[in-house]
Amino acid sequence: MTETTDAGRQATAALSGAAAPAIELRGISKAFGPVQANKDISIRVMPGTIHGIIGENGAGKSTLMSILYGFYRADAGEILINGRPTIIHDSQAAIRAGIGMVFQHFKLVQNFTVLENVILGAEDGALLRPSLAKARKTLAHLAEEYELDVDPDAVIEELSVGHQQRVEILKALYRHADILILDEPTGVLTPDEADHLFRILRGLKEQGKTIILITHKLREIMEITDSVSVMRRGEMVATVKTAETSPEELAELMVGRKVLMHVPKAPANPGDTVLKLENLRVTDAEGVDRLKGVSLTIRAGEILGIAGVAGNGQSELLEVLGGFGAGKVTGRMEVQGQEVVLAGHGATGQTRRARGIAHVPEDRHHLGLILDFSAWENVAFGYHGAKDYQASGLFMDNAAIIRDTEGKMERFDVRPPNPHLPAQSFSGGNQQKIVLAREIERNPVLLLVGQPTRGVDIGAIEFIHRRIVELRDAGAAVLLVSVELDEIMSLSDRIAVMFDGQIMGERLPAETNERELGLLMAGVAQTKGAAE
Amino acid sequence: MDYATLIEVLGSTLRLGTPLLLACLAGLYSERAGIFDIGLEGKMLMAAMASGAVAAMTGSAWLGLGAGIVASLIFALIHGLASITFRGNQLISGVALNFVASGATVLISQTLFHQGGRTPPLTGDARFQAITLPGAEALASVPYFGPFYAKVISGHSLLVYIALAAVPLTWWLLYRTRFGLRLRAVGENPESVDTAGVSVIGLRYTAVMLTGVLCGIAGAYMATSLQAGFGREMTAGRGYIALAALIFAKWRPWYALGATMLFGFLQAIALRPDVIEGTLHMKIPVSALDALPYILTVIVLAGFVGRAIPPRAGGQPYVKER
Repeated sequence: MTETTDAGRQATAALSGAAAPAIELRGISKAFGPVQANKDISIRVMPGTIHGIIGENGAGKSTLMSILYGFYRADAGEILINGRPTIIHDSQAAIRAGIGMVFQHFKLVQNFTVLENVILGAEDGALLRPSLAKARKTLAHLAEEYELDVDPDAVIEELSVGHQQRVEILKALYRHADILILDEPTGVLTPDEADHLFRILRGLKEQGKTIILITHKLREIMEITDSVSVMRRGEMVATVKTAETSPEELAELMVGRKVLMHVPKAPANPGDTVLKLENLRVTDAEGVDRLKGVSLTIRAGEILGIAGVAGNGQSELLEVLGGFGAGKVTGRMEVQGQEVVLAGHGATGQTRRARGIAHVPEDRHHLGLILDFSAWENVAFGYHGAKDYQASGLFMDNAAIIRDTEGKMERFDVRPPNPHLPAQSFSGGNQQKIVLAREIERNPVLLLVGQPTRGVDIGAIEFIHRRIVELRDAGAAVLLVSVELDEIMSLSDRIAVMFDGQIMGERLPAETNERELGLLMAGVAQTKGAAE
Repeated sequence: MDYATLIEVLGSTLRLGTPLLLACLAGLYSERAGIFDIGLEGKMLMAAMASGAVAAMTGSAWLGLGAGIVASLIFALIHGLASITFRGNQLISGVALNFVASGATVLISQTLFHQGGRTPPLTGDARFQAITLPGAEALASVPYFGPFYAKVISGHSLLVYIALAAVPLTWWLLYRTRFGLRLRAVGENPESVDTAGVSVIGLRYTAVMLTGVLCGIAGAYMATSLQAGFGREMTAGRGYIALAALIFAKWRPWYALGATMLFGFLQAIALRPDVIEGTLHMKIPVSALDALPYILTVIVLAGFVGRAIPPRAGGQPYVKER
């Protein structure tokens, strides 16, 4: 253990006097084959506090919490709940110990009602009727106490994501959880919903519940936690009081080196219009309108950020622009003043690339890479017909592609820099760098980029952001789609907010704030004139 | 078609629909728990052979029924092992078991009885006899209702009534009990069951075993009640028709009753070409009539009958995420 951790322990202990910690983990270790996911982790969480756990992807946060919830068994170490050593070998034992977990991906039965989901596994007897009646009463009570109101007879699939999350919290409370673990709870929420969640969590804390919040968002840690533990590569590197730290310090602890939170960028110097999109409409195979008349322009040397909660048409926009839109597509698309076929015959990734449109897709595992193929093969995809990759009219010049891949790996700091490794053996950040290198180094006039830093470590985020800004400075137009508002705010020169297949409004980053964007993302009508 | 003929056709609809109903409910338990079972056919066939053979040897229909259930359970257990414990492909496991059943039934009965793969004809107590419900004779003279009660409602073997009783029982189990809630949940989202501290594997095995029991009754009914003994391939695709009926029924017990009786009705009128000719005033080849249930199966499976949403986790082995 490091000195920081010991200092942090005293700090957390000081917070709530001499009471036994609600949770104490001592020397927890867990290995998956050769990978040491958790190394000798010790942590104490005081009752009635909100404790944050941050770390990069793969730092071992989720593994640690899965051990606490009985999903995995630790190879070594012990768990103490309220000072008593407790053996947790399955979820049932965790529930008995008073632990409730809200997973990142909800564990709800979609076609069950709220009540049915709440009682599942916690029924009082063989017949359902008494259990349902009891749950109905309890839910009404909980709703009043914690702002957790949900219609008990609503079917889950008809509820918004925010409400579904409340059902998960209700499930835990119905099982008398005193300790609530939330894994990346805000990833799917609008800013407003996140605020509501934080109000709920504060209410729970006031009632003496202990809350563990796993997140990679430093802002949330600073906003709501009392103390915070930082994990890095399976180890607990520090536990500190939130009031005594800063986002910069936490980021440095997470990555192990100094990190720039915001990429410095000069004001945009926009040139001629590169992309002009008029009245784009998309109706999918089920007859649902996905895009309802989207119009936008992007000029050379400018980044247009599209903000919005996932599922409001951003994916369809990228698909159509990238040349693989599905369903009924109407509207007009111009690149550098010349019309581009929107969909159907003549709209393919190849024809788009020929017009200088590069695409870093949202879902790199399905659209950006073939995971079983090697890095150099992935680098060749889409550009396999390029002159410098061709030995003759008939054969590819594999040696040239491999050489080029080595160069790209060096310039984009891909680790390990081995072009023969299959794509899946790289971490998320390094996979994204491979895709980015492939698309950016062909000097596109227009770069479409979706969720560029999803599942990417904070260190790699900085690098990827830098490259996108460099491409802009070189005169390319960039369309950036992201559900991370921070990313949109720090990269964009203009921000358009999408809701329900429409652009709700455009704002300049300097003249707006997260609250205003959040309202637009939630579909609240424009409060002031849009930029266009 | 006069009333007397209609009564006859409806009575035989019930008799022919019963094995379909039992198999359909069998499939319902399994598929509601997220385990596809294309091997209903094989289990029924095994059960028919085992019950026919044991009933022939012991002279007891009840022992035959027991043997049929045991044989079907063994196949259900193998399917459970393959698809739950070893997380194999459920379709392949089911198809393989059907092939095994098709060969093994003939092989075993030929070895035992040397009658060309058949079991000896069953008589007397070796078969489930028709039951006359109380009052059938007294009411027989009441116009319309009397004959209906005597020939459609009364006069079937006990297994027919067991099959009919299984419908409300299944509904009650599914929608009114803790077991039913968990069963439906495990077929929709096994993770929700697992995180709630309930065993996914335990639930799925229970469901597969219930499937085994019901297929066992269905097979035993074929050999000891509907017919007098086992004959090769005697189930004649009923397991697949039951699957089609299950989709038609949208995995619901009462709909399953309606769907299987519709198939049963088609099988019943196929046995009465004279009725068809009298009603439609044209001659339809018997083979075309025989094909009716199978044609309806194809239509149902091709999705012409509304959209049916199967249990979401169906066919996927449960693996705890890493």
